Amino acid sequence: MIANTKIGKDGAQAKLVLDNVHKSFGQHHVLDGIDLSVPKGKSLVVIGGSGSGKSVMLKCALGLMQPDSGHVRVDGVDTTEYDTEQRNELMKKFGMLFQGGALFDSLPIWENVAFGLLQNTDISKKDARDVAIDKLRAVGLGSKIADQFPAELSGGMQKRVSLARAIASDPEIIFFDEPTTGLDPIMADVINDLIIKCREDLGATTLSITHDMASARKIADNIAMLYRGKIIWHGKAGEIENSNNNYVDQFVHGRADGPIKMDVA
Amino acid sequence: MNDTNVRQRKTAYNPIGFVLMQVLNACTKVGQMILGFFAGVGKLSLFTARGIKSCFTPPFYARHIGRQLVDIGYYSLPVVGLTALFTGMVLALQSYTGFARFNAESAIANVVVLSITRELAPVLAGLMVAGRIGASIAAEIATMRVTEQIDALVTLSTNPFKYLIAPRLIAGTLMLPVLVLIADIIGVMGGYAVSVYSLGFLPESYLRQTWDFLQFIDVFSGLVKAAVFGFIVTLMGCYYGYYSGRGAQGVGSATINAVVSSSILILVFNYVLTQVFFS
Ligand SMILES: Nc1ncnc2c1ncn2[C@@H]1O[C@H](COP(=O)(O)OP(=O)(O)OP(=O)(O)O)[C@@H](O)[C@H]1O
Ligand SMILES: [Mg+2]
Repeated sequence: MIANTKIGKDGAQAKLVLDNVHKSFGQHHVLDGIDLSVPKGKSLVVIGGSGSGKSVMLKCALGLMQPDSGHVRVDGVDTTEYDTEQRNELMKKFGMLFQGGALFDSLPIWENVAFGLLQNTDISKKDARDVAIDKLRAVGLGSKIADQFPAELSGGMQKRVSLARAIASDPEIIFFDEPTTGLDPIMADVINDLIIKCREDLGATTLSITHDMASARKIADNIAMLYRGKIIWHGKAGEIENSNNNYVDQFVHGRADGPIKMDVA
Repeated sequence: MNDTNVRQRKTAYNPIGFVLMQVLNACTKVGQMILGFFAGVGKLSLFTARGIKSCFTPPFYARHIGRQLVDIGYYSLPVVGLTALFTGMVLALQSYTGFARFNAESAIANVVVLSITRELAPVLAGLMVAGRIGASIAAEIATMRVTEQIDALVTLSTNPFKYLIAPRLIAGTLMLPVLVLIADIIGVMGGYAVSVYSLGFLPESYLRQTWDFLQFIDVFSGLVKAAVFGFIVTLMGCYYGYYSGRGAQGVGSATINAVVSSSILILVFNYVLTQVFFS
Protein backbone atom coordinates (compact mmCIF):
# COMPACT_ATOMS: atom_id res chain seq x y z
CA MET A 1 0.00 0.00 0.00
CA ILE A 2 2.81 2.37 0.85
CA ALA A 3 4.37 2.14 -2.55
CA ASN A 4 5.55 4.60 -5.14
CA THR A 5 5.56 7.54 -2.76
CA LYS A 6 7.51 9.88 -5.04
CA ILE A 7 5.38 12.39 -6.85
CA GLY A 8 6.53 13.23 -10.36
CA LYS A 9 9.98 11.91 -11.16
CA ASP A 10 10.70 14.93 -13.35
CA GLY A 11 13.30 16.39 -10.99
CA ALA A 12 14.35 19.19 -13.34
CA GLN A 13 10.86 20.65 -13.38
CA ALA A 14 10.33 20.44 -9.65
CA LYS A 15 10.24 23.76 -7.82
CA LEU A 16 10.29 22.25 -4.37
CA VAL A 17 11.44 18.80 -3.35
CA LEU A 18 11.41 17.10 0.02
CA ASP A 19 13.69 14.09 -0.02
CA ASN A 20 13.41 11.52 2.76
CA VAL A 21 12.83 14.16 5.46
CA HIS A 22 12.80 12.95 9.07
CA LYS A 23 11.89 14.97 12.14
CA SER A 24 11.39 13.83 15.74
CA PHE A 25 10.62 15.58 18.98
CA GLY A 26 12.26 13.44 21.65
CA GLN A 27 10.79 9.95 21.24
CA HIS A 28 8.01 11.20 19.00
CA HIS A 29 8.79 10.57 15.33
CA VAL A 30 6.60 13.08 13.59
CA LEU A 31 8.03 12.85 10.08
CA ASP A 32 9.34 9.46 9.08
CA GLY A 33 10.80 9.89 5.62
CA ILE A 34 8.72 12.37 3.61
CA ASP A 35 9.19 12.42 -0.14
CA LEU A 36 7.36 15.15 -1.99
CA SER A 37 7.88 17.14 -5.09
CA VAL A 38 5.90 20.13 -6.32
CA PRO A 39 6.28 20.92 -10.03
CA LYS A 40 6.77 24.54 -10.99
CA GLY A 41 3.53 26.48 -11.22
CA LYS A 42 1.47 23.63 -9.82
CA SER A 43 -0.57 23.29 -6.67
CA LEU A 44 -0.02 20.41 -4.31
CA VAL A 45 -2.42 19.88 -1.44
CA VAL A 46 -1.43 17.68 1.48
CA ILE A 47 -4.25 16.19 3.49
CA GLY A 48 -3.95 14.28 6.73
CA GLY A 49 -5.42 13.95 10.19
CA SER A 50 -4.95 16.40 12.99
CA GLY A 51 -1.55 15.97 14.60
CA SER A 52 -0.20 13.94 11.69
CA GLY A 53 2.67 16.41 11.23
CA LYS A 54 1.48 18.56 8.36
CA SER A 55 2.54 21.84 9.95
CA VAL A 56 5.88 20.36 10.95
CA MET A 57 6.38 19.25 7.34
CA LEU A 58 5.75 22.79 6.08
CA LYS A 59 8.16 24.23 8.62
CA CYS A 60 10.85 21.80 7.52
CA ALA A 61 10.26 22.77 3.90
CA LEU A 62 10.54 26.44 4.80
CA GLY A 63 13.61 25.91 6.96
CA LEU A 64 11.94 27.14 10.14
CA MET A 65 12.75 23.73 11.55
CA GLN A 66 15.89 21.81 10.75
CA PRO A 67 15.05 18.27 9.59
CA ASP A 68 16.89 15.54 11.55
CA SER A 69 17.86 14.03 8.22
CA GLY A 70 16.91 14.31 4.60
CA HIS A 71 17.04 17.19 2.15
CA VAL A 72 14.95 20.07 0.96
CA ARG A 73 15.61 21.35 -2.54
CA VAL A 74 14.34 24.60 -4.01
CA ASP A 75 14.85 25.03 -7.75
CA GLY A 76 17.15 22.05 -7.57
CA VAL A 77 19.43 23.61 -4.93
CA ASP A 78 19.79 21.88 -1.59
CA THR A 79 18.79 24.44 1.04
CA THR A 80 18.86 22.18 4.08
CA GLU A 81 22.12 23.52 5.49
CA TYR A 82 21.61 27.20 4.70
CA ASP A 83 22.83 29.71 7.29
CA THR A 84 20.88 32.74 8.47
CA GLU A 85 21.96 35.05 5.65
CA GLN A 86 21.27 32.54 2.91
CA ARG A 87 17.97 31.70 4.52
CA ASN A 88 17.00 35.39 4.55
CA GLU A 89 17.70 35.58 0.83
CA LEU A 90 15.80 32.35 0.13
CA MET A 91 12.76 33.51 2.10
CA LYS A 92 12.26 36.29 -0.44
CA LYS A 93 11.00 33.57 -2.78
CA PHE A 94 8.57 32.27 -0.18
CA GLY A 95 5.27 33.34 1.25
CA MET A 96 3.76 31.55 4.22
CA LEU A 97 0.32 31.59 5.71
CA PHE A 98 0.58 30.30 9.26
CA GLN A 99 -2.14 28.12 10.69
CA GLY A 100 -2.72 30.56 13.56
CA GLY A 101 -2.24 33.71 11.49
CA ALA A 102 0.91 34.81 13.35
CA LEU A 103 0.20 38.49 12.79
CA PHE A 104 2.49 40.99 14.55
CA ASP A 105 0.21 42.31 17.24
CA SER A 106 2.28 45.44 17.83
CA LEU A 107 1.83 46.65 14.26
CA PRO A 108 -1.29 47.96 12.52
CA ILE A 109 -2.90 45.77 9.86
CA TRP A 110 -1.45 47.56 6.86
CA GLU A 111 2.10 47.37 8.25
CA ASN A 112 1.58 43.66 8.84
CA VAL A 113 0.59 43.16 5.23
CA ALA A 114 3.37 45.37 3.87
CA PHE A 115 6.00 44.09 6.32
CA GLY A 116 8.06 42.17 3.77
CA LEU A 117 7.96 45.07 1.30
CA LEU A 118 8.99 47.62 3.93
CA GLN A 119 11.83 45.42 5.19
CA ASN A 120 13.25 44.16 1.94
CA THR A 121 12.62 46.87 -0.65
CA ASP A 122 13.07 50.63 -0.85
CA ILE A 123 9.36 51.20 -1.32
CA SER A 124 8.01 54.37 0.27
CA LYS A 125 5.61 54.08 3.18
CA LYS A 126 2.79 55.52 1.14
CA ASP A 127 3.23 53.09 -1.74
CA ALA A 128 3.57 50.19 0.66
CA ARG A 129 0.31 51.23 2.25
CA ASP A 130 -1.40 51.31 -1.13
CA VAL A 131 -0.12 47.83 -1.95
CA ALA A 132 -1.34 46.62 1.44
CA ILE A 133 -4.80 48.03 0.87
CA ASP A 134 -4.93 46.39 -2.56
CA LYS A 135 -4.02 43.04 -1.09
CA LEU A 136 -6.53 43.47 1.71
CA ARG A 137 -9.22 44.12 -0.88
CA ALA A 138 -8.21 40.92 -2.68
CA VAL A 139 -8.96 38.92 0.47
CA GLY A 140 -12.29 40.69 0.94
CA LEU A 141 -11.29 43.23 3.57
CA GLY A 142 -12.03 46.93 3.35
CA SER A 143 -9.47 49.69 3.69
CA LYS A 144 -11.01 50.92 6.94
CA ILE A 145 -9.35 48.14 8.93
CA ALA A 146 -5.92 49.15 7.65
CA ASP A 147 -5.11 51.17 10.75
CA GLN A 148 -6.61 48.79 13.27
CA PHE A 149 -4.55 46.26 15.20
CA PRO A 150 -4.77 42.47 14.81
CA ALA A 151 -6.36 41.99 18.23
CA GLU A 152 -9.34 44.08 17.09
CA LEU A 153 -10.24 41.67 14.27
CA SER A 154 -12.19 38.41 14.32
CA GLY A 155 -10.29 35.14 13.86
CA GLY A 156 -11.40 34.76 10.25
CA MET A 157 -10.40 38.32 9.44
CA GLN A 158 -6.97 37.77 11.00
CA LYS A 159 -6.57 34.71 8.82
CA ARG A 160 -7.33 36.75 5.73
CA VAL A 161 -4.93 39.51 6.73
CA SER A 162 -2.31 36.83 7.17
CA LEU A 163 -3.11 35.54 3.72
CA ALA A 164 -2.74 39.05 2.32
CA ARG A 165 0.66 39.27 4.00
CA ALA A 166 1.74 35.92 2.54
CA ILE A 167 1.04 37.05 -1.02
CA ALA A 168 2.00 40.72 -0.62
CA SER A 169 5.46 40.48 -2.13
CA ASP A 170 4.39 38.20 -5.00
CA PRO A 171 6.44 35.16 -3.93
CA GLU A 172 7.38 32.27 -6.19
CA ILE A 173 6.37 29.56 -3.74
CA ILE A 174 3.49 30.03 -1.35
CA PHE A 175 2.77 27.77 1.60
CA PHE A 176 -0.75 27.73 2.98
CA ASP A 177 -1.35 26.06 6.32
CA GLU A 178 -5.10 25.48 6.44
CA PRO A 179 -6.12 28.59 4.51
CA THR A 180 -9.87 28.03 4.85
CA THR A 181 -10.13 26.79 8.44
CA GLY A 182 -12.25 29.14 10.52
CA LEU A 183 -13.91 30.83 7.55
CA ASP A 184 -17.54 30.60 6.51
CA PRO A 185 -18.20 28.50 3.37
CA ILE A 186 -18.60 31.51 1.11
CA MET A 187 -15.44 33.22 2.29
CA ALA A 188 -13.65 29.88 2.10
CA ASP A 189 -14.53 29.73 -1.57
CA VAL A 190 -13.35 33.31 -2.09
CA ILE A 191 -10.01 32.27 -0.60
CA ASN A 192 -9.90 29.18 -2.82
CA ASP A 193 -10.39 31.40 -5.85
CA LEU A 194 -7.68 33.70 -4.60
CA ILE A 195 -5.22 30.83 -4.24
CA ILE A 196 -6.00 29.69 -7.76
CA LYS A 197 -5.56 33.26 -8.96
CA CYS A 198 -2.13 33.49 -7.32
CA ARG A 199 -1.08 30.44 -9.24
CA GLU A 200 -2.54 31.54 -12.54
CA ASP A 201 -1.59 35.23 -12.45
CA LEU A 202 1.74 35.11 -10.64
CA GLY A 203 2.70 31.65 -11.80
CA ALA A 204 3.30 30.81 -8.17
CA THR A 205 3.89 27.27 -6.99
CA THR A 206 1.75 26.44 -3.99
CA LEU A 207 1.92 23.85 -1.27
CA SER A 208 -1.21 23.81 0.84
CA ILE A 209 -2.39 21.86 3.83
CA THR A 210 -6.03 21.35 4.51
CA HIS A 211 -8.70 19.24 6.17
CA ASP A 212 -11.31 20.79 3.96
CA MET A 213 -11.94 18.35 1.09
CA ALA A 214 -14.02 20.86 -0.88
CA SER A 215 -11.09 23.25 -0.82
CA ALA A 216 -8.62 20.49 -1.65
CA ARG A 217 -10.62 19.40 -4.70
CA LYS A 218 -10.87 22.95 -5.90
CA ILE A 219 -7.31 24.23 -5.51
CA ALA A 220 -5.26 21.08 -6.04
CA ASP A 221 -3.52 19.86 -9.15
CA ASN A 222 -2.09 17.04 -7.08
CA ILE A 223 -3.08 15.68 -3.71
CA ALA A 224 -0.93 13.75 -1.24
CA MET A 225 -1.97 12.16 2.00
CA LEU A 226 0.19 12.19 5.10
CA TYR A 227 -0.31 9.44 7.64
CA ARG A 228 1.98 8.34 10.47
CA GLY A 229 4.84 10.47 9.19
CA LYS A 230 4.79 9.14 5.64
CA ILE A 231 3.12 10.05 2.38
CA ILE A 232 0.85 7.05 1.91
CA TRP A 233 -0.86 8.17 -1.26
CA HIS A 234 -0.49 10.77 -3.94
CA GLY A 235 -2.11 11.41 -7.25
CA LYS A 236 -3.95 13.85 -9.43
CA ALA A 237 -6.77 15.75 -7.76
CA GLY A 238 -9.35 13.94 -9.91
CA GLU A 239 -8.12 10.51 -8.84
CA ILE A 240 -8.82 10.99 -5.16
CA GLU A 241 -12.34 9.55 -5.36
CA ASN A 242 -11.03 6.33 -6.89
CA SER A 243 -7.81 6.01 -5.00
CA ASN A 244 -8.33 2.34 -4.09
CA ASN A 245 -6.73 3.24 -0.81
CA ASN A 246 -8.76 2.58 2.33
CA TYR A 247 -6.98 5.29 4.30
CA VAL A 248 -7.66 7.93 1.68
CA ASP A 249 -11.26 6.80 1.25
CA GLN A 250 -11.89 7.00 4.95
CA PHE A 251 -10.41 10.50 5.11
CA VAL A 252 -12.12 11.80 2.01
CA HIS A 253 -15.51 10.59 3.16
CA GLY A 254 -14.92 11.49 6.79
CA ARG A 255 -15.79 8.16 8.35
CA ALA A 256 -14.99 7.33 11.95
CA ASP A 257 -14.46 3.64 11.24
CA GLY A 258 -11.80 2.40 8.91
CA PRO A 259 -8.09 1.68 8.99
CA ILE A 260 -7.24 5.09 10.56
CA LYS A 261 -7.83 4.91 14.29
CA MET A 262 -8.17 8.16 16.18
CA ASP A 263 -6.58 8.10 19.62
CA VAL A 264 -9.71 8.74 21.61
CA ALA A 265 -10.47 7.25 24.99
CA MET B 1 7.38 6.57 32.33
CA ASN B 2 5.26 3.44 32.17
CA ASP B 3 8.27 1.35 31.26
CA THR B 4 10.23 2.31 34.35
CA ASN B 5 7.20 1.68 36.53
CA VAL B 6 6.87 -1.83 35.20
CA ARG B 7 10.58 -2.42 35.64
CA GLN B 8 10.46 -1.21 39.21
CA ARG B 9 7.49 -3.36 40.10
CA LYS B 10 9.28 -6.46 38.81
CA THR B 11 12.48 -5.77 40.69
CA ALA B 12 10.66 -4.85 43.87
CA TYR B 13 10.65 -8.55 44.84
CA ASN B 14 14.42 -8.58 44.85
CA PRO B 15 15.57 -6.09 47.54
CA ILE B 16 19.17 -5.80 46.32
CA GLY B 17 18.10 -5.38 42.75
CA PHE B 18 15.54 -2.83 43.81
CA VAL B 19 18.07 -0.73 45.72
CA LEU B 20 20.57 -1.03 42.89
CA MET B 21 17.93 0.12 40.46
CA GLN B 22 17.09 3.13 42.62
CA VAL B 23 20.77 4.07 42.85
CA LEU B 24 21.19 3.72 39.11
CA ASN B 25 18.07 5.80 38.50
CA ALA B 26 19.39 8.49 40.81
CA CYS B 27 22.74 8.47 38.98
CA THR B 28 20.96 8.80 35.66
CA LYS B 29 18.99 11.78 36.98
CA VAL B 30 22.14 13.50 38.30
CA GLY B 31 23.97 12.79 35.05
CA GLN B 32 21.11 14.18 33.03
CA MET B 33 21.03 17.29 35.21
CA ILE B 34 24.75 17.90 34.78
CA LEU B 35 24.57 17.36 31.03
CA GLY B 36 21.53 19.60 30.87
CA PHE B 37 23.37 22.30 32.77
CA PHE B 38 26.32 22.32 30.38
CA ALA B 39 24.04 22.16 27.37
CA GLY B 40 22.23 25.20 28.78
CA VAL B 41 25.48 27.09 29.32
CA GLY B 42 26.51 26.35 25.75
CA LYS B 43 23.16 27.44 24.38
CA LEU B 44 23.26 30.67 26.38
CA SER B 45 26.83 31.42 25.25
CA LEU B 46 25.90 30.95 21.61
CA PHE B 47 22.83 33.11 22.10
CA THR B 48 24.93 35.82 23.76
CA ALA B 49 27.50 35.77 20.97
CA ARG B 50 24.81 36.01 18.29
CA GLY B 51 23.08 38.78 20.24
CA ILE B 52 26.23 40.86 20.58
CA LYS B 53 27.15 40.33 16.95
CA SER B 54 23.75 41.48 15.78
CA CYS B 55 24.13 44.70 17.80
CA PHE B 56 27.08 45.66 15.59
CA THR B 57 25.97 44.51 12.15
CA PRO B 58 23.40 46.23 9.94
CA PRO B 59 20.50 46.53 9.44
CA PHE B 60 19.86 48.63 12.54
CA TYR B 61 16.27 49.22 13.45
CA ALA B 62 16.48 52.80 14.71
CA ARG B 63 12.76 53.05 15.42
CA HIS B 64 12.86 49.95 17.60
CA ILE B 65 15.97 51.05 19.43
CA GLY B 66 14.28 54.39 20.11
CA ARG B 67 11.17 52.75 21.46
CA GLN B 68 13.17 50.46 23.72
CA LEU B 69 15.24 53.38 25.01
CA VAL B 70 12.04 55.11 26.04
CA ASP B 71 10.50 51.93 27.46
CA ILE B 72 13.51 50.91 29.46
CA GLY B 73 14.81 54.34 30.40
CA TYR B 74 11.97 56.77 30.72
CA TYR B 75 9.29 54.44 32.04
CA SER B 76 11.61 52.89 34.63
CA LEU B 77 12.46 56.29 36.07
CA PRO B 78 9.66 56.48 38.67
CA VAL B 79 10.41 53.03 40.08
CA VAL B 80 14.16 53.52 40.13
CA GLY B 81 13.88 57.07 41.45
CA LEU B 82 11.63 56.09 44.34
CA THR B 83 13.85 53.17 45.23
CA ALA B 84 16.91 55.43 45.29
CA LEU B 85 15.15 58.14 47.29
CA PHE B 86 14.06 55.86 50.11
CA THR B 87 17.32 53.97 50.12
CA GLY B 88 19.26 57.23 50.56
CA MET B 89 16.92 58.31 53.32
CA VAL B 90 17.06 55.08 55.27
CA LEU B 91 20.84 54.95 54.90
CA ALA B 92 21.20 58.34 56.56
CA LEU B 93 18.86 57.32 59.33
CA GLN B 94 20.51 53.98 60.02
CA SER B 95 24.08 55.20 59.87
CA TYR B 96 23.17 58.04 62.20
CA THR B 97 22.01 55.53 64.82
CA GLY B 98 25.27 53.65 64.41
CA PHE B 99 27.73 56.53 64.18
CA ALA B 100 26.16 58.58 66.99
CA ARG B 101 27.52 55.92 69.37
CA PHE B 102 31.08 56.82 68.31
CA ASN B 103 30.46 60.54 67.88
CA ALA B 104 31.25 60.04 64.23
CA GLU B 105 28.16 61.64 62.76
CA SER B 106 30.29 63.48 60.22
CA ALA B 107 30.89 60.17 58.43
CA ILE B 108 27.24 59.85 57.49
CA ALA B 109 27.60 61.85 54.29
CA ASN B 110 30.43 59.58 53.15
CA VAL B 111 28.59 56.43 53.98
CA VAL B 112 25.55 57.57 52.09
CA VAL B 113 27.33 58.70 48.96
CA LEU B 114 29.72 55.75 48.76
CA SER B 115 27.07 53.10 49.40
CA ILE B 116 24.71 54.67 46.93
CA THR B 117 27.12 55.20 44.04
CA ARG B 118 29.16 52.05 44.43
CA GLU B 119 26.58 49.47 45.41
CA LEU B 120 23.02 50.33 46.12
CA ALA B 121 22.05 52.42 43.12
CA PRO B 122 23.33 49.95 40.51
CA VAL B 123 22.17 46.82 42.32
CA LEU B 124 18.75 48.05 43.34
CA ALA B 125 18.13 49.71 39.98
CA GLY B 126 19.26 46.48 38.31
CA LEU B 127 16.89 44.40 40.40
CA MET B 128 13.96 46.76 39.87
CA VAL B 129 14.58 46.79 36.13
CA ALA B 130 14.91 43.00 36.15
CA GLY B 131 11.41 42.82 37.59
CA ARG B 132 9.95 45.45 35.30
CA ILE B 133 11.80 45.16 32.01
CA GLY B 134 13.19 41.63 32.17
CA ALA B 135 9.73 40.23 32.82
CA SER B 136 8.07 42.26 30.10
CA ILE B 137 10.73 41.42 27.50
CA ALA B 138 10.50 37.72 28.32
CA ALA B 139 6.71 37.72 28.20
CA GLU B 140 6.57 39.68 24.96
CA ILE B 141 9.14 37.63 23.08
CA ALA B 142 7.77 34.35 24.46
CA THR B 143 4.29 35.30 23.28
CA MET B 144 5.73 36.05 19.86
CA ARG B 145 7.40 32.65 19.88
CA VAL B 146 4.26 30.83 20.97
CA THR B 147 2.05 32.56 18.41
CA GLU B 148 4.65 31.91 15.67
CA GLN B 149 5.33 35.61 15.15
CA ILE B 150 9.06 34.90 15.34
CA ASP B 151 8.71 32.26 12.62
CA ALA B 152 6.70 34.79 10.63
CA LEU B 153 9.56 37.29 10.94
CA VAL B 154 11.94 34.73 9.50
CA THR B 155 9.65 33.97 6.58
CA LEU B 156 9.56 37.71 5.84
CA SER B 157 13.36 37.72 5.53
CA THR B 158 13.84 39.53 8.81
CA ASN B 159 16.41 38.31 11.29
CA PRO B 160 14.73 38.18 14.71
CA PHE B 161 18.08 38.77 16.41
CA LYS B 162 18.43 42.10 14.68
CA TYR B 163 14.79 43.04 14.77
CA LEU B 164 13.87 41.99 18.30
CA ILE B 165 16.92 41.23 20.36
CA ALA B 166 19.59 43.75 19.37
CA PRO B 167 17.39 46.82 20.04
CA ARG B 168 16.65 45.56 23.55
CA LEU B 169 20.25 44.70 24.34
CA ILE B 170 21.43 48.08 23.10
CA ALA B 171 18.74 50.00 24.97
CA GLY B 172 19.31 48.07 28.21
CA THR B 173 23.07 48.53 28.15
CA LEU B 174 22.82 52.24 27.37
CA MET B 175 19.91 53.20 29.57
CA LEU B 176 20.77 51.53 32.84
CA PRO B 177 23.86 53.73 33.43
CA VAL B 178 21.68 56.80 32.79
CA LEU B 179 19.11 55.53 35.25
CA VAL B 180 21.79 54.80 37.81
CA LEU B 181 23.34 58.24 37.43
CA ILE B 182 19.96 59.76 38.16
CA ALA B 183 19.47 57.31 41.02
CA ASP B 184 22.87 58.37 42.44
CA ILE B 185 21.73 61.98 42.55
CA ILE B 186 18.29 61.21 43.96
CA GLY B 187 19.75 58.83 46.56
CA VAL B 188 22.24 61.40 47.79
CA MET B 189 19.49 64.01 47.93
CA GLY B 190 17.41 61.60 50.01
CA GLY B 191 20.25 61.23 52.49
CA TYR B 192 20.74 64.98 52.47
CA ALA B 193 17.05 65.64 53.16
CA VAL B 194 16.92 63.32 56.16
CA SER B 195 20.26 64.57 57.55
CA VAL B 196 19.41 68.24 57.21
CA TYR B 197 15.70 68.32 57.99
CA SER B 198 15.44 65.61 60.58
CA LEU B 199 18.92 64.99 62.03
CA GLY B 200 19.95 68.63 62.23
CA PHE B 201 22.99 68.71 59.92
CA LEU B 202 24.16 71.94 58.35
CA PRO B 203 23.38 71.90 54.62
CA GLU B 204 26.77 73.27 53.46
CA SER B 205 28.89 70.97 55.57
CA TYR B 206 26.84 67.91 54.58
CA LEU B 207 27.25 68.71 50.91
CA ARG B 208 30.94 69.47 51.36
CA GLN B 209 31.51 66.14 53.10
CA THR B 210 29.65 64.38 50.34
CA TRP B 211 31.63 66.08 47.61
CA ASP B 212 35.08 65.94 49.22
CA PHE B 213 35.06 62.23 49.72
CA LEU B 214 33.56 61.26 46.44
CA GLN B 215 36.03 59.96 43.86
CA PHE B 216 35.56 59.48 40.16
CA ILE B 217 36.01 55.73 40.47
CA ASP B 218 33.08 55.44 42.89
CA VAL B 219 30.61 56.78 40.36
CA PHE B 220 32.37 55.24 37.38
CA SER B 221 32.40 51.71 38.83
CA GLY B 222 28.69 52.06 39.57
CA LEU B 223 27.96 53.07 36.01
CA VAL B 224 29.99 50.19 34.56
CA LYS B 225 28.06 47.83 36.82
CA ALA B 226 24.85 49.39 35.59
CA ALA B 227 25.78 48.79 31.95
CA VAL B 228 26.59 45.15 32.72
CA PHE B 229 23.34 44.70 34.66
CA GLY B 230 21.35 46.32 31.87
CA PHE B 231 22.88 43.87 29.42
CA ILE B 232 22.19 40.92 31.74
CA VAL B 233 18.55 41.84 32.30
CA THR B 234 17.73 42.34 28.63
CA LEU B 235 19.77 39.30 27.61
CA MET B 236 18.01 36.97 30.03
CA GLY B 237 14.62 38.37 29.04
CA CYS B 238 15.38 37.78 25.37
CA TYR B 239 16.95 34.36 25.94
CA TYR B 240 14.11 32.85 27.93
CA GLY B 241 11.54 34.49 25.69
CA TYR B 242 13.22 33.27 22.51
CA TYR B 243 13.44 29.66 23.73
CA SER B 244 10.05 29.72 25.41
CA GLY B 245 8.12 26.47 25.68
CA ARG B 246 4.74 26.12 24.06
CA GLY B 247 1.49 27.63 25.30
CA ALA B 248 0.62 30.01 28.10
CA GLN B 249 2.64 27.89 30.49
CA GLY B 250 5.72 28.41 28.35
CA VAL B 251 5.27 32.18 28.55
CA GLY B 252 4.81 32.00 32.32
CA SER B 253 7.95 30.01 32.97
CA ALA B 254 9.95 32.14 30.53
CA THR B 255 9.03 35.18 32.59
CA ILE B 256 9.88 33.58 35.91
CA ASN B 257 13.18 32.22 34.62
CA ALA B 258 14.17 35.58 33.17
CA VAL B 259 13.53 37.47 36.40
CA VAL B 260 15.09 34.91 38.74
CA SER B 261 18.19 34.29 36.64
CA SER B 262 18.86 37.94 35.94
CA SER B 263 18.46 38.82 39.63
CA ILE B 264 20.93 36.15 40.65
CA LEU B 265 23.36 37.05 37.88
CA ILE B 266 23.20 40.70 38.95
CA LEU B 267 24.23 39.78 42.48
CA VAL B 268 27.01 37.50 41.25
CA PHE B 269 28.38 40.03 38.77
CA ASN B 270 28.11 42.77 41.36
CA TYR B 271 30.55 40.85 43.52
CA VAL B 272 32.84 40.05 40.61
CA LEU B 273 32.93 43.66 39.41
CA THR B 274 33.51 45.01 42.90
CA GLN B 275 36.44 42.63 43.17
CA VAL B 276 37.78 43.83 39.84
CA PHE B 277 37.48 47.53 40.68
CA PHE B 278 38.47 47.69 44.31
CA SER B 279 41.05 45.05 45.06
N1 LIG C 1 7.86 22.44 18.50
C1 LIG C 1 7.38 21.23 18.82
N2 LIG C 1 7.85 20.58 19.90
C2 LIG C 1 7.37 19.37 20.22
N3 LIG C 1 6.42 18.71 19.55
C3 LIG C 1 5.91 19.30 18.46
C4 LIG C 1 6.35 20.61 18.04
N4 LIG C 1 5.67 20.95 16.94
C5 LIG C 1 4.84 19.93 16.69
N5 LIG C 1 4.97 18.94 17.58
C6 LIG C 1 4.24 17.67 17.59
O1 LIG C 1 4.23 17.16 16.29
C7 LIG C 1 2.99 16.58 15.99
C8 LIG C 1 2.48 17.11 14.67
O2 LIG C 1 2.18 18.50 14.83
P1 LIG C 1 1.62 19.37 13.65
O3 LIG C 1 1.41 20.74 14.20
O4 LIG C 1 2.51 19.24 12.48
O5 LIG C 1 0.23 18.70 13.33
P2 LIG C 1 -0.74 19.00 12.13
O6 LIG C 1 -0.72 17.83 11.23
O7 LIG C 1 -0.43 20.32 11.56
O8 LIG C 1 -2.14 19.04 12.88
P3 LIG C 1 -3.33 20.07 12.72
O9 LIG C 1 -4.11 19.63 11.55
O10 LIG C 1 -4.11 19.87 13.98
O11 LIG C 1 -2.74 21.42 12.60
C9 LIG C 1 2.08 16.85 17.16
O12 LIG C 1 1.95 15.67 17.88
C10 LIG C 1 2.80 17.88 17.96
O13 LIG C 1 2.60 17.63 19.33
MG1 LIG D 1 -1.15 22.16 11.64
